[in-house]
Order: sequence, then structure tokens, then C-alpha cells
Amino acid sequence: MIKRKLLALSISALLLPAAGSALAQAGKISGDVVKIAVLTDMSGVYSALGGKGSVLGAEMAIEDFKAQFKPKFKIELVSADHQNKADVGSNKVREWYDTQGVDMVTDVLNSGVAIAVAKVTTEKNKIMLNTGAASTRLTNEDCAPNNVVHYVYDTYALANGPGKAVTKQGKDSWFFLTADYAFGHSLEKDTSDAVKAMGGKVLGAVRHPLNASDFSSFLLQAQASKAKVVGLANAGGDTINSIKAANEFGLTKNQTVVGLLTTIVDIHALGLPTTQGMMFTEGFYWNLNKETREFSRRFFSKHKGMPNMLPAGTYSAVLHYLKAVQAAGTDDTAAVMKQMKATPINDAFAKGGKIRDDGRMIHDMYLVEVKKQSESKEPWDYYNVKQVIPAAEAFQPMALSRCAAVAKK
Amino acid sequence: MSRRVSIAYLIGLGLLLLAPMFIYPILVMKVLCFALFACAFNLLLGYTGLLSFGHAVFLGSAAYVTGHALKVWELPTLLGLLAGTGAATLLGWAIGSLAIRRQGIYFAMVTLALAQMVFFLFLQAPFTGGEDGLQGVPRGTLFGLDLADDINLYYLVLAIFAGSFWLIQRTIHSPFGQILKAIRENEPRAISLGYDVAKYKLLAFVLSAGLAGLAGATKTLVFKFATLTDAHWHTSGEVVLMTLLGGMGTVFGPVVGATVIVTLQNELADKVGSLVTVIMGAIFVICVLAFRRGIVGESLALYQRMIGQKNR
Repeated sequence: MIKRKLLALSISALLLPAAGSALAQAGKISGDVVKIAVLTDMSGVYSALGGKGSVLGAEMAIEDFKAQFKPKFKIELVSADHQNKADVGSNKVREWYDTQGVDMVTDVLNSGVAIAVAKVTTEKNKIMLNTGAASTRLTNEDCAPNNVVHYVYDTYALANGPGKAVTKQGKDSWFFLTADYAFGHSLEKDTSDAVKAMGGKVLGAVRHPLNASDFSSFLLQAQASKAKVVGLANAGGDTINSIKAANEFGLTKNQTVVGLLTTIVDIHALGLPTTQGMMFTEGFYWNLNKETREFSRRFFSKHKGMPNMLPAGTYSAVLHYLKAVQAAGTDDTAAVMKQMKATPINDAFAKGGKIRDDGRMIHDMYLVEVKKQSESKEPWDYYNVKQVIPAAEAFQPMALSRCAAVAKK
Repeated sequence: MSRRVSIAYLIGLGLLLLAPMFIYPILVMKVLCFALFACAFNLLLGYTGLLSFGHAVFLGSAAYVTGHALKVWELPTLLGLLAGTGAATLLGWAIGSLAIRRQGIYFAMVTLALAQMVFFLFLQAPFTGGEDGLQGVPRGTLFGLDLADDINLYYLVLAIFAGSFWLIQRTIHSPFGQILKAIRENEPRAISLGYDVAKYKLLAFVLSAGLAGLAGATKTLVFKFATLTDAHWHTSGEVVLMTLLGGMGTVFGPVVGATVIVTLQNELADKVGSLVTVIMGAIFVICVLAFRRGIVGESLALYQRMIGQKNR
């Protein structure tokens, strides 16, 4: 009996200091070191999109910022592989905020991880500049305009651009090949809406399971539909396999294939003969102008590959953040967010970019068409930019926002 | 011996009580959740000899149900945990009663197949949020304590873990546990002794599923979300790895295994970048080739040998 009492006493004695230390952990933000963290997928399915490229983008931003502004504060960069697991990602970020003094997290591709990290970021009142995830939930249902900026793209922008622009060019009947999960469904829906808004027709859609290996029956349906455009509402390996199969079935001769989430990395992997004539929206193309070429060649010399919109966006996000810290003279979240929203973004990635009240960064998107082998003059020279989609049209208008914090205003 | 064991447990509990002062509490909570998951799995694999290859589905379904109960139905925290655990137990009964009709590799395949079916359900069902996950689950309060505070939650998680661990310990050393071990060693003989083997297996399966569910429900509370990862077959594989690495069929093995794996996943994430998966693979290969009894199993064997030498 006495033993038990002793035990109970010692346990309660232990509880007290533990509770005390929790209070002590909420320290003050130091103005001496600005700590930036890149959370990304380094080993999994999305590692070619972001991964080490994103880390390099952030490094280059810090380099450029230091050269231009000679800041008084120190800048540190850390990075981690979330292995596409929301618990690993959110745990890491929580730990970064609580014990490592991290001020801002960027990249965070994979929507599941991104939303989890957004919650932690809001709770700890830090900043996430998301350059990797696609889900529009980040600026709608799960928006957190005081802490989270969705920087590069989302499913709406990816769907809306080609949906409108391609239809406008007279290719007005669509058929969809859709990955059968939320991401695919929302891409299909957003694109259909855009097509219909331009007076186009959607002739049908076929759903395929995630990571399907055989696309032949789906593509035969697409071919039989006689639609002028076949939209691929899928991503990663599924996109690559469906493009390959489309090519084998000769579908590309009479119909235009529009990838709804395709980047230059996929085109590089598949090669021009397979992909020529495809159309899609990109947030960045290295061969746009002198500035993008300079940035991209520097990137290439270290990465042995041209940047897609993720690393380029991460570069821009980190640079914009550091400039805001410099101007505000503090790394306090509210002050930096205010500064970032007040300043337009002009760098290699975006011209006249602007962060809206709901946390959506809007910038021009590009509708591109993949060149024929004969037109390509050098390695990585892959796109004809068919149309620049202006920032105001590229993203979901504020009027349609489902973000509660913005609606209240 | 039993006195020594209980002293060891007390020391372990003491260390866990002190842990959040030295180690990041969220990480310890995650370790505890996965340790409980692995212990539940070990009850089935280590003590009954049934390799379920779909155990993540119990973790995942409880995580989703708890998340939904707390977020949408706004139930009190304790009821939410119970709802999740109950759902996993029911699912365990459903899957278990189908799967135990087969043995060995067929049993493993049936559990995997059924688990994949449930995974597909989670992928498609609107309430799970698909690949975006069920996010922003409130932790709520318990007996007036605000669980949003990590330290408060830590002691709740620790209490859940300690209680479940005690339950598993009791189960293993009960007559019921003895029969499970008998089934593992020689099923025909257990039948010939007059035991209804199928019933015992089913009960063990349901118990294991329920405890795995409790782990999943607690995990939702810790992280405030449930995602597809929880129900994915990768997680089913991971729990096998944890159990084998720590020591299958030892009480403490799964705890050690889970600690090693979860800590490595977390600590290596920002140190070696893309090499995490390679390192995990290497550890598994080394474990299977060099020390098959796992960390705890090998240590126990070493200890026994030393004692044996001393007595001689």
C-alpha cells in the first residue's frame, strides 16, 4: 500500500516539471537567424518534380538574396524527406517550429501532407509558402490566409487554362481519361466547366484506377468517342503510361492529347517523338526569356536538368520571403505576411505576381504545345508557348472562393 | 524472475513518464502509437502464429472513424476513441471470420485482399477526403484537461499504451494465451485436445484488430488527421518489419522495433534525404540474415547463455 502511494507521489512529482517545460518551449522569435525549411519528397513518386531540385532552388534564392542585399541577419536552410507520409511531414514540421526555430516552410508537395502541415503552421503561427501541392483546398476549405500561401499552381489553374484556351482554338469536343480518385475527379470537373463555359462539348469520360498498367481499353474508348481532344486527368506514372499508349494506338494523329498535370520532366522522360503535339499548362518554362534562361542555366549546371515550375517557384517563394523579412526588419509572421502581400513579385519565375487575400499567389500561366523533333534546336528545347494566360484569368476568381476567413471580411 | 521483470517494467514506465522532458513529446507519442500497433500485431503473429498482411486497415479504419466522430459528429474525445476502436474491432471480426478459414500464405493473402478492398473504400468515400486526408480533427478535452496541450495529451497516450500493454501481457500469460501458443506450435494437437481452434484464432484476431484500432484512434488524436497512409499496405509491411526487427514472440520486441523504425524515419528525414528507404531496406536484410530472433530475442538469448555459464 505504502509502495503504491509512493509511486503515485513520485508520478505526480514528475508531472509538474514536465508541464512547466511545455510553457518554456514557446520562446521568442529571434531576429538574428532566419531559418527556412524545405519539406519535400526525395525518394518517392514526386521526387522528380520537387525533391532535390526544390532544395537547390531555395539555395539559389538565398545566394542571390545575400549577393543583392548583404543582409545583417543570418540565413539557414534545412530540408527533409517526408516520404509522402502526412505523419512524418507534420511531425517534422512541428519539431522544426518548436525546437529548431524554423520560420518558414516551403515546397511541401503532396496534398495530404500539405494540408496537415498547413494546420500545424497555423497552430504555431509560422509561414508556409506551398510551391508543390495541387489541391485547391489550401486556399478554400482549409485556407489559412494569415499563414499559408499557395504559390505555384493548383488543380483549378491546371484545368482552367487548357480547358478554355484549347477550346477557343476550335478543338471544342473533349473526352476525359480520369484517374479514379479525388485529384482526378476535381481536374475533370474543373476542365469540363471551363470547356462548357467556352461553348465546347464534353463527349464522355472513362475512369481508370490509380497506377493502372494497361490503358488500351480506355484509350480505345477515347478514340471511338471521336472527340477532338483527349484530356488526361491523371498524374505521374499514369500520365506517362497513358501518353505512351496513346502514341502506340495512333490516337495522337487525329486527336490532341492534353495532359492536365504534365511538366517538362515528363516530356524529357518520354522524348519528343512520343509527346509531340501535346498541350498543357505550365507555370514556368525555362526558355521564355533572357532572365529565365539565365536562371535555368545556373540551375542546370548544378542539377543536370532544367527546372520545372516547382523548383523555380520555390526559388521565387524563398526570395520573396527574404525580401519581405528584409523590408519588414523582422521575421514576425504577421509583419512578413503583410509585407509579402503588399509587394508584387518580379523575378525569374513570375512577373507582376501578387498574393491575394485568400493566400493564393496569382501569376501568368503558359499554355504550351510540345515541339516536333525537327523544331527542337537544343536539348530541353521542348515547348512552343501558344498563349500566355494572364494571372487574373488563370486562377480561381475570389468570387468563387470557399475560404471562410475571406468571406467573413 | 517475475520480480525482476516487474522492476524492469517500473523502470520503463518511469522513463516514459520522464521522457517528454528530454525528447520531443509528439515523437514519443508517435512511437507509443506504433509500439501499440506492433504489440497488437505481435499478439497475432508471435503468439498465435497468424501472419496478417492487412493489419494497417484496422489502424486506418479506426483513425478515420475517430477523426470523423470527433470532427463531424463532435463527440467527446473518449467516445471518439471508443468509436474508432469499436469500428476496428467489428471490422476485425468480419475480416477475421473470413480469413481464419485458410492457413499460412493463403491466410496472409486473404487478409491482404480484404484490406485492399477497404483501402479502396477509403480512397473513394467522400468522408475521408481521398488522398487529401481527413484533416483538422480537434483533440478536445478530457476530465477538464485541454488535450491541445501536448503534455496533457502525452500522459493520456501513455495511459492508453500502458493499459493496452498490460492487457496484452495478461492475455499472453492467461490460459487463453497458453492455448494460443499451443495452436501456434501444433494446431492438429490443439484440435485433438478438444479445443475449438477456429474460435480461439478468431478471438485472437479480433483482439489484435481492436488494439491496432486503438493505436490508430490514438494516432489521429496526436496528429489531428487521418490519411490514406494509415490504411496503405506499406504500413502493413512496416508493422511486420517492426515486429521482426524487435523480436517476434517476445513481449517487448515490438516496442523496441517500433521505436527503432519510427525514430529512424523521423531522424533520418532531414539528414540523409533520399537514402531513408535504402537504409530501412538494409536494416531489414541484416535483421533477417544475421539476427532472426530480433533485437530483444537475441538479447534474451545472450542473457540466458550468460546465466547458464554462471550457474555451471
